[in-house]
Amino acid sequence: MKNRFVLGIEGTAWNLSAAIIDRTNIVAEVESQYLPQKGGLHPRMAAQHHASEIGDLIRKVLAEGGEFGADLSAVAFSQGPGFGPCLRTIATAARALSLSLEIPLIGVNHCIAHIEVGKRICNVTDPVILYVSGGNSQVLSYRAGKYRIFGETLDIGIGNALDKFGRYAGFQHPGGPKVEQLAKNAKKYVPLPYVVKGMDFSFSGLTTAAKDALEYASQEDVCHSFQETAFAMLVEVTERALAHIEKDDVLLVGGVGANERLKEMLGIMCKDRGARLYAPEKKFMRDNGVMIAHTGLLMLESGVTLPIKDSAVRPNYRPDDVDVVWV
Amino acid sequence: MNLKTSGAEAIVRSCDGHILKQRIPKRYRIKEVDEQIRRDRTKSEAKMISEARRSGIPTPVIYDVTDYDIRMEYLEGAQLKHVLDVDLCKRIGELVGRLHTSGIVHGDLTTSNMILSQGKIYLIDFGLAYFDRNTEARGVDVHVLFQTFESTHEEHDALINAFIEGYEKTFDGAKEIVQRVKAIESRGRYRTERL
Repeated sequence: MKNRFVLGIEGTAWNLSAAIIDRTNIVAEVESQYLPQKGGLHPRMAAQHHASEIGDLIRKVLAEGGEFGADLSAVAFSQGPGFGPCLRTIATAARALSLSLEIPLIGVNHCIAHIEVGKRICNVTDPVILYVSGGNSQVLSYRAGKYRIFGETLDIGIGNALDKFGRYAGFQHPGGPKVEQLAKNAKKYVPLPYVVKGMDFSFSGLTTAAKDALEYASQEDVCHSFQETAFAMLVEVTERALAHIEKDDVLLVGGVGANERLKEMLGIMCKDRGARLYAPEKKFMRDNGVMIAHTGLLMLESGVTLPIKDSAVRPNYRPDDVDVVWV
Repeated sequence: MNLKTSGAEAIVRSCDGHILKQRIPKRYRIKEVDEQIRRDRTKSEAKMISEARRSGIPTPVIYDVTDYDIRMEYLEGAQLKHVLDVDLCKRIGELVGRLHTSGIVHGDLTTSNMILSQGKIYLIDFGLAYFDRNTEARGVDVHVLFQTFESTHEEHDALINAFIEGYEKTFDGAKEIVQRVKAIESRGRYRTERL
């Protein structure tokens, strides 16, 4: 088969990123991050950032790819889920490239891109996946043509929960890494609500309770207690999924996957039941253009492309909406 | 002792003609969280089993509850999933109707968690049960059961209709719940089959 190069554009939230890859190499990768001065991510501000940066970004990534001799076969973009204004910005760029270069357009589900790039980097084929990021928290596994969702958050993503709490405590965005740092110096555990309903979990009540706990406990102790409670919920559901479908591999993906304590807890759970934990390096955990390009390549090889007229963005695009024909 | 099942959360053994359900510690979580979860769930399960029994729902008799263990009656019989038919489904409907009338939501209604013993249908495994009189909670309870009909039994339409007939007989609010089940099924999160 001819070696094909795919350009992928990611920009569902804070990280605008474009990459060109083929089956074996990352040929080019360029990023531009929107970081709010204060408060959290504002969808419109993020979209304005993306709109002002994307021209330069695409020029740079094409120049880098050109030096490598990459002749593009398709352009893939993150079609959703994500912030509507951000999605529309990158979709516009992707359509323009598809038309001007006369190459197919591919609409990639952002959640599935996290999974596929994790599988590529870690070389694992059929894991139970814990996908944890700002907006999303899900336990998934592939069966019969789809990534099925075993359990998911009933309200906000774990990353959003950590950031909301962090903002209240006065940390700059993103709060998650700061929470992780402070937790290391905790002296005791403060009881917080542990909410698992069936296979689903919920973080908004926990976030409120953690904010309240700052009134009577140290920041360090509350950060520690928040992590221990929330991560135990995620690991419990992951373990139940493993037990139910009798798989032996776990893949951790998404920005919160960079948290060392979460990784450690998952690792212990896996060890105790004879399973293996796979986690890509941090740059492939968080949002990145490589994951969109890689998934775009898999889809292209299976003949899945997207006519421009059907390329509207899908802010609520669920991973179990996607027919996974390439696995 | 004879190991019956070993799930992710608890091990269940038969022992001297009793059932011993033990919630086992998990090393991945700190002791404070681990003990709190195991203690809360054990206490809650024992309480909900007794509450259901008090409302006329056949459940195993509880002999003893310690921090993490429940010792209860061993029921000789078959799981409903192995013997299910339309007539039994109607009786399941009556049973769940009584359960919901009493304000209890089971949280994990499957035909594996029902045992036909000496002609009576017993409900077991109340680890995820709680008190809730809201339409949504009851609707999800029934929806989960319908999913097990669909995934593990043939002729599920007849089974569902028989269930509804029994459910409406013992529970005044049944019609509203059945409506809600349809709404739940049409929602995005349940639109595709879950494992």
